[in-house]
Amino acid sequence: MQARVLVRLKPGVLDPQGRAVHNALEGLGFAGVEDVRIGRLIELDLADGTDHHTIRAMCEKLLANTVIESFTIETGAAG
Amino acid sequence: MTFRAAVITFPGSNCDRDMATALEAVSGQPALRVWHGDADLPDRLDLIALPGGFSYGDYLRSGAMAATSPIMHAVIAAAQRGVPVLGVCNGFQVLTEARMLPGALLRNAGQRFICRTVDLTVANTTSPFTAGFAPGEAIRVPVAHHDGNYYADAETLDRIESEGQVAFRYATGCNGSARDIAGVLSANGRVLGMMPHPERAIEPAAVNAMGGADGRRLFANILAAFASA
Repeated sequence: MQARVLVRLKPGVLDPQGRAVHNALEGLGFAGVEDVRIGRLIELDLADGTDHHTIRAMCEKLLANTVIESFTIETGAAG
Repeated sequence: MTFRAAVITFPGSNCDRDMATALEAVSGQPALRVWHGDADLPDRLDLIALPGGFSYGDYLRSGAMAATSPIMHAVIAAAQRGVPVLGVCNGFQVLTEARMLPGALLRNAGQRFICRTVDLTVANTTSPFTAGFAPGEAIRVPVAHHDGNYYADAETLDRIESEGQVAFRYATGCNGSARDIAGVLSANGRVLGMMPHPERAIEPAAVNAMGGADGRRLFANILAAFASA
């Protein structure tokens, strides 16, 4: 099975990378960009039947720093 | 009793030798060197130092991988027994990732790597690391970091300020840190994390050059606390 973990900075946590990319997009002439926030996508190939609780523990212990980041988990068949 | 300090080296640490040199210069005792993959620390330690650098190439988040190193179980256990722990720069990031200190270190607000000597204000004078400073004293210590922007939620910031856990502040801002926080202590004052590098400011002869000697005083404070214990 596969799990996709999307890690995002929490709202209110400054994202200097996002701000720099925002400025760069405007510099390229794209109008109407109101905000840019950069996160991280982590794809996990897991043994079938790995339970949600275990994936959640992986996120809380290592994949995300919950002081500054939130995470969402999507699971599905490999493919 | 001789002072026994250990310096932990992670893959990608690059200030471990400087830290060991500073500890030896101030204490007269060679620092014990410990590899991150070791399961155990030397016994009877008076200080554990986590040095600066780029452990694991800053993969995932600065300090995140190092915080899972085998030796960190022993470091956490030693801290729980009251052994003082000093984390500088990447070492501070490791301490926050290991949840031994509150908060986190984000990318500098200006996106740039900052490498210069900064003015700090001493905010705590009761810990083993800071007891020899005067309250509000100005000291100068070099910084060299990309991820030194201290963050914690407002409730945590209020709590650590009121509990005296803020050790140092940047006198004139630096990297966007919340409330200009440059160094943080654990609730019991035995664990200190700081972005500035005291180990790069130990030579009195360099007072007028980069660095200065104010960092030496921090190590002297640790020695004084050891001697009086």
